[in-house]
Amino acid sequence: MAEIRYTTADPKGVLTGVHYMDGNHAACEGALAAGCRFAAGYPITPSTEVVERFAARIPTVGGVFIQMEDEIASSICLQGGAWAGLKAMTVTSGPGLSLMMEHISLAACLETPCVFVDVQRGGPSTGLPTLPGQADMQQVRWGAHGDYEIIAIAPSTVQECFDFIIDAFNLAEMFRVPVFFMMDECVGHMTEKLVIPKAEEIKVVERRFTTKPPEEYLPYKPDEDLVPEFPYVGKGYKFHVTGLTHDERGYPVINAEAQHEMCWRLVNKIKKNAPKIWKYEEDQVEGADVVVLSYGISARVSIKAIEMAREKGVKVGLMRLITVWPFPSPRVKEIASNVKAIVVPELNIRGQVAREVERVTAGTTNVVRVPHAGGTVHDPEVILEAIMEAAK
Amino acid sequence: MSADAKYENPVEEFLRTDRLPHVWCSGCGIGTTVNCFARAVKDCGIPLEEIAVVSGIGCTGRVAGYLKLDSVHTTHGRAIAFATGLKLAKPDMHVVVYSGDGDLSGIGGNHLIHAARRNLDITVILVNNLTYAMTGGQVTPTAPHESIATTTPYGVFEDNFNLPYLVAACGASYVARWTAYHVVQLKKAMVEALNKKGFSFIEILAPCPTIYLRRNKLGAATDELKYYKEHCVIQNGADPKDVGIDLLRPDKIIIGKFVDIDKPDYITAMNEHLSKKLGDKYVPWGV
Repeated sequence: MAEIRYTTADPKGVLTGVHYMDGNHAACEGALAAGCRFAAGYPITPSTEVVERFAARIPTVGGVFIQMEDEIASSICLQGGAWAGLKAMTVTSGPGLSLMMEHISLAACLETPCVFVDVQRGGPSTGLPTLPGQADMQQVRWGAHGDYEIIAIAPSTVQECFDFIIDAFNLAEMFRVPVFFMMDECVGHMTEKLVIPKAEEIKVVERRFTTKPPEEYLPYKPDEDLVPEFPYVGKGYKFHVTGLTHDERGYPVINAEAQHEMCWRLVNKIKKNAPKIWKYEEDQVEGADVVVLSYGISARVSIKAIEMAREKGVKVGLMRLITVWPFPSPRVKEIASNVKAIVVPELNIRGQVAREVERVTAGTTNVVRVPHAGGTVHDPEVILEAIMEAAK
Repeated sequence: MSADAKYENPVEEFLRTDRLPHVWCSGCGIGTTVNCFARAVKDCGIPLEEIAVVSGIGCTGRVAGYLKLDSVHTTHGRAIAFATGLKLAKPDMHVVVYSGDGDLSGIGGNHLIHAARRNLDITVILVNNLTYAMTGGQVTPTAPHESIATTTPYGVFEDNFNLPYLVAACGASYVARWTAYHVVQLKKAMVEALNKKGFSFIEILAPCPTIYLRRNKLGAATDELKYYKEHCVIQNGADPKDVGIDLLRPDKIIIGKFVDIDKPDYITAMNEHLSKKLGDKYVPWGV
């Protein structure tokens, strides 16, 4: 079995020091620190600064950036880079993400380790190119055809754009899965303090390259954790991989048994390993009457509302999702059994995460949606009102 | 000859024999092109482990699955975009895109023109059977006037692509057209293309007897090969703008090597340019 191999960051990609930077640039620096050496992208507001910085930085770090002809091309070009052995990412926003769907399905099926950065803006369609939204949360989970599972992470601060994109790359390598880094226009464009640690303090996960010789290697024979080992290109492995339903050899097998085997493993490798993936932050959840559950910029705005509610004597806690998918259901269920209500502010109006809270809590608590169509962040007063109402 | 005599296929070592029989119909031209390719791989002087094949979707898209090389079967039309990533991330690989006319010039046309424009150092082998065969015979951008397809039941009235002209105009370093009949020349062209620095493109006219020939009442695969033999004219160096095929059965089809020029490929140009701009700070890529 190929063990998870941790190493420290390559100092060439690490800009150690204290910076004043926006989230998009910080995400680029985090990607470089994580060992990303290949990026393919297509311009789209409000995400483009990530690849603009990558294009400027990578020639002196050692790697490649290419601006492809469209997002369809970018979303498979990065997989060519990943299969060649490099850590790879693409960066986009809503309309570009919509174009990438087929290749998200391909990445899930080929088990390509790669990172998709989505700096969310208001939709639908061209929507609000320069203003925030959080309305792609369900699209990254269900948007492409077929059964599969992905990982999605939502940063709230510039520091987290750096720190958590490293997690995104590490999880992509650990589980050979596309990982979505779900920023939004506010987090992407806000400028604040960023501390980049020394390279030796940054933990990165290496590619799960096989230790087997070519004659013993099977591209989709899973290890105990359900994740298969990765082949080397150009070293005589002569592997075949396909987006058709395939067996352990990587060969197409068009029948129900092979489909069952492959789809369940793609789903279970994330579901069964979810406890190793979940990351969330809690504040005064124990003993709270009401808990605000949020993520990204909305979680940050919620803190203000929570402070105001506490001044009014309400016992209110915060659960901030960092991993949104897979959803940390057991902990949310547990919280639900102890509170009057869970309040879910987010920058979409159909409750993209709130409906997941409703689903997993299954009526055991009152789930209060605080929808907002995007274009700006919530007024904290609106969240406060929801908290006060829920606390009654 | 004894009944148990063992016959060895000279290209067997290049094929995934555990995947045979293949999906192609009898008389299909794709297998012939794969035979030529296997022989080209044998003769090209490049170590086998340094050649990767990327296919899209369709009948020709299945080629990657039968070649015993690092091989990837991608999505419809996007093999070139995948190959772009593979080549850029691992410049010492010889990356071959092997797919059909619908895949590469229809849904994938945007990637074809941009890879040619960039002069990316890959080889594109496009098997042109004038139809979307895998899905039952819909019209492709290469199908000539009057072709009958399931989606053009009254015949084609659109103009079609002259692919050598298109790819040459975009900046390819090497452009050739052969047929499934001209196997000796085709294999030689494949050897040249594999060793060509820059974007190399070979269009191969190939019979689809089950769908295209039958539906257009053009006879059997053998009739098509006979037609290639009698009506193809080899004109190396012909101007690509003159090699269009816009009739079902033109008197003359021009084949041959149309373009073979030397100019910096994408990675060479990138390294030269960035070294000039950034000096010692630049980390040269793939050298």
